[in-house]
Amino acid sequence: MNILEIFSLSITAILANRMRTLLTILGIVIGVTSVILLISVVTGLKSFITKEIQGLGSNLMFVIPGKVGGARSPGGVQVNRLTMQDATNVKNKLAGQAEVSAVVQKVSTVKYLNKIDKDVTLVGVQANYPKLISVTFVKGRPFTISEESGGRRVAIIGTSAEEKLFGTNSSLGKTISVGNVKYEVIGVLEKRGSVFGIDQDNFVAIPLSAAQKQFGLDRLNTIYIEANKTEEVKLVQKKAAAVLLKRLSEDDFTIMTQEQTLSTVSQITGVLTIALGGIAAISLIVGGIGIMNIMLVSVTERTREIGLRKALGATPSNIRTQFLIEATVLAGLGGIVGIILGIVFSLIIGRFITTSVPLWSIALSFGFSTAVGIIFGVAPAIRAAKLDPIQALRYE
Amino acid sequence: MAFSVKLISVDKIYDQGEGLEFQALKKINLTITKGEFIAVIGPSGSGKSTLMHILGLLDRPTAGRYELDGQDTSKLSENHLAKIRNQKIGFVFQSFNLLPRTSALENVALPLIYSGVSGKERLERAKKALERVGLGDKLYSKPNQLSGGQQQRVAIARSLINNPEIILADEPTGNLDTKTSFEIMEIFKKLNKEGHTIILITHETEIAKQAKKIIRIKDGEIQ
Repeated sequence: MNILEIFSLSITAILANRMRTLLTILGIVIGVTSVILLISVVTGLKSFITKEIQGLGSNLMFVIPGKVGGARSPGGVQVNRLTMQDATNVKNKLAGQAEVSAVVQKVSTVKYLNKIDKDVTLVGVQANYPKLISVTFVKGRPFTISEESGGRRVAIIGTSAEEKLFGTNSSLGKTISVGNVKYEVIGVLEKRGSVFGIDQDNFVAIPLSAAQKQFGLDRLNTIYIEANKTEEVKLVQKKAAAVLLKRLSEDDFTIMTQEQTLSTVSQITGVLTIALGGIAAISLIVGGIGIMNIMLVSVTERTREIGLRKALGATPSNIRTQFLIEATVLAGLGGIVGIILGIVFSLIIGRFITTSVPLWSIALSFGFSTAVGIIFGVAPAIRAAKLDPIQALRYE
Repeated sequence: MAFSVKLISVDKIYDQGEGLEFQALKKINLTITKGEFIAVIGPSGSGKSTLMHILGLLDRPTAGRYELDGQDTSKLSENHLAKIRNQKIGFVFQSFNLLPRTSALENVALPLIYSGVSGKERLERAKKALERVGLGDKLYSKPNQLSGGQQQRVAIARSLINNPEIILADEPTGNLDTKTSFEIMEIFKKLNKEGHTIILITHETEIAKQAKKIIRIKDGEIQ
């Protein structure tokens, strides 16, 4: 009796009771669907963030205040000690080797005539900033060096801020109020979308010197450093750290390279995948218990059939294999249906957020569901194989 | 050497728990040779079903020897016994024991699955067996579409499929009316004429008389 014969036997048995088969595999279907769906969402998120970061260029690194993952000052608040002096020191040291650009940031309110954009992200940047983070202008132009160094009242805005202030009207050349100071709009940046629900396009960028003068922002939020050569990224990072350490302590700043940022992202999404996938996998085990339950009922129901098969020459191992394969086919069927549903749902959700079904998640959930079938099929199969043919034939 | 079934001083004792024992068979000696048609007759509880189970290798004797074709069966493994049941013994039961929702053809072909016969050959042989019992026109009928007599003929065709040395029939007419019972007995007589060894178990004298030889059993002993 070969394995194909047993497969066709078990499929016959499964098809003989369609409604029950459907209910039996439901647990597995739900489990596999949610595993596929959750992994596709997390994978989509990861690829979206990775693309965003890689879009900035692999030579880019940024200095942020405080120690990432390090000790916090009392009260849990880190004191920002990063100043313009630090940025200038780094810039001088790395001249010819890297571009350096300092950024300050605060939340502010911006007005145009009677329209108000509250909670806009106000960034003070240097002239080389747009080039460093590789953004594209839909309209207008970046600051010139003289505009930046002279602290001229010019602004570059994001598409969301533009829509809120100007609606469909043209914004270039118009004057907006930031705080109570007037700025001329000279450029609009390309839409970047939102990450984790945070709108990336609701911002107003003004020259760094203007921002510092108007708001007294003497602490920097970020210093961007872009190495000119990819092979020098490590060297540039080391040099920048050495310069910063002359004035600051190790706990005052962190230099994140793209590589480190990407590995942090993949660590976070990895943990998310395991946590969410793990929760979904629990329903697979519940589904397995459902299969075991139905298989035990099936063995009892088919006691006479088992007795007959034994009388006609089936060995205990024939019977065991038949029931084991039946449980495995049931679970595998649930896995396949779940994979199809998971992909369908992921495509539907994919119209709103980035999703991606990795091949490994399909292989993993199919493998896991059939394994569940085998594990939970063993007990019923052993019970069936052990039945005494005489008792089984007499069973009513 | 011609095929033979030989029981030598066979006892069968059932343990009923709490130290109680029930002796179903007592020192049974029986020899059946090829081509015989034997009816084992006895009232219910006489031990005739136990005898059939032992002859059919579904159960083992508590004491004594059972030789099939000169081979002592007491030391054979479970798998080996299954193989002998498959190849050398054909069973016919009182309640037919056909698989529901399964065609006559596939029911008859069932033992061949365990003989390792290929799918195509299985169905060809099953068709021939059904023709032998006069059901060549009911190949694709399901058991619930067949009368009791027809169902029992399907079961007989199934018992024939591997051309076994003996056919063991346990009250094959127990669920049938008189007319149908005699039709079934005619089939057994025909099969016997064609050379099959048949052991029939019954409690009806009229049915037993159709056989060539009658063995009476009572309280676990052959009279």
